[in-house]
Amino acid sequence: MSDAEKRVGVVLVSHSAAVAESVAQLATGLAGGSTAPVTAAGGTPDGGLGTSPELVAEAAHAVDQGAGVAVLVDLGSAVLTVKALLAEGDELPPGSRLVDAPLVEGAVAAVVAASAGADVDAVARAAEEAYDYRKV
Amino acid sequence: MPSSVSSSETAGEPALDAAFFHRWLTAAAAAISREATRLTDLDSAIGDADHGSNMQRGFTAVTEALEKEPPGPPGAVLILAGRQLISKVGGASGPLYGTLLRRAGKALGDAEQVTVRQLADALRTGVDAVAQLGGAAPGDKTMLDALLPALDALATDGGSFAAASEAADKGALATVPMLARKGRASYLGERSIGHQDPGATSSALLFAALAEVASS
Repeated sequence: MSDAEKRVGVVLVSHSAAVAESVAQLATGLAGGSTAPVTAAGGTPDGGLGTSPELVAEAAHAVDQGAGVAVLVDLGSAVLTVKALLAEGDELPPGSRLVDAPLVEGAVAAVVAASAGADVDAVARAAEEAYDYRKV
Repeated sequence: MPSSVSSSETAGEPALDAAFFHRWLTAAAAAISREATRLTDLDSAIGDADHGSNMQRGFTAVTEALEKEPPGPPGAVLILAGRQLISKVGGASGPLYGTLLRRAGKALGDAEQVTVRQLADALRTGVDAVAQLGGAAPGDKTMLDALLPALDALATDGGSFAAASEAADKGALATVPMLARKGRASYLGERSIGHQDPGATSSALLFAALAEVASS
């Protein structure tokens, strides 16, 4: 794969596997003919509610094409787990980052930007801008 | 059977070796296991009722990993334990306790034996990292409310693990009237008052285990 073809990967982390999967489906669907790799890392390996560092690391490696990985999370242990994995230094692919964005809106923005070939900074910015979109 | 705290020839201060750390974590795992139901009960009042089972899963993984790998220096033992907690717990306490032990382990470096003072300093480094990771301050009804008084007691002249354990217990008890400002319990607002924080309670168990192995 040439550098121009490499896309930023997007990992969606939720306490719930169903939420993570659904948000991935929604973001990919709204991005329309998405080319950026998106993977859900929801719940615990035994199917319960929670955050699994192993699933998160697996997902990050699965979407990594060498252009960086944007990780979006819901709350609590999802935030702390990704921060701890990043602090480990070698658990996530190089260029991985935790994006400060709401999960659903941020995921749509991140996948659209990543599919358009944006770099990881621009993908993160697009997702973070979701906070500025007021609803009332 | 060598005593768990042997006297260092030079400083006259007890020196702690890898075997001591191994025994500490094994005792901590046993304490967590014994109190798992209580931790989960506390967590069901203000959290999501999984603290006991999460911590038990994490500390079981710690003891299994320590059995499998020959314990390196004290720092390596703590780093190994921290990694296990980060990857196995499944709740917020995994990254928090994992960070505490991993950072403390890194601070100890490669020393084959460490003094109580060095351990106290390393734990302080670990607790600072926990505070940074979780963004909590003293009085927020979190594990810090047991850990910080314990470290203060340990740092005082003549401070002992027994004094630290007592301070951690008092600190955990003092979380009862506090209003939770972090984690799921914070969503409850005023209704979080009147319950002891599960994380502060498990933190006190770690210090109780430390006092237990130091006196055995």
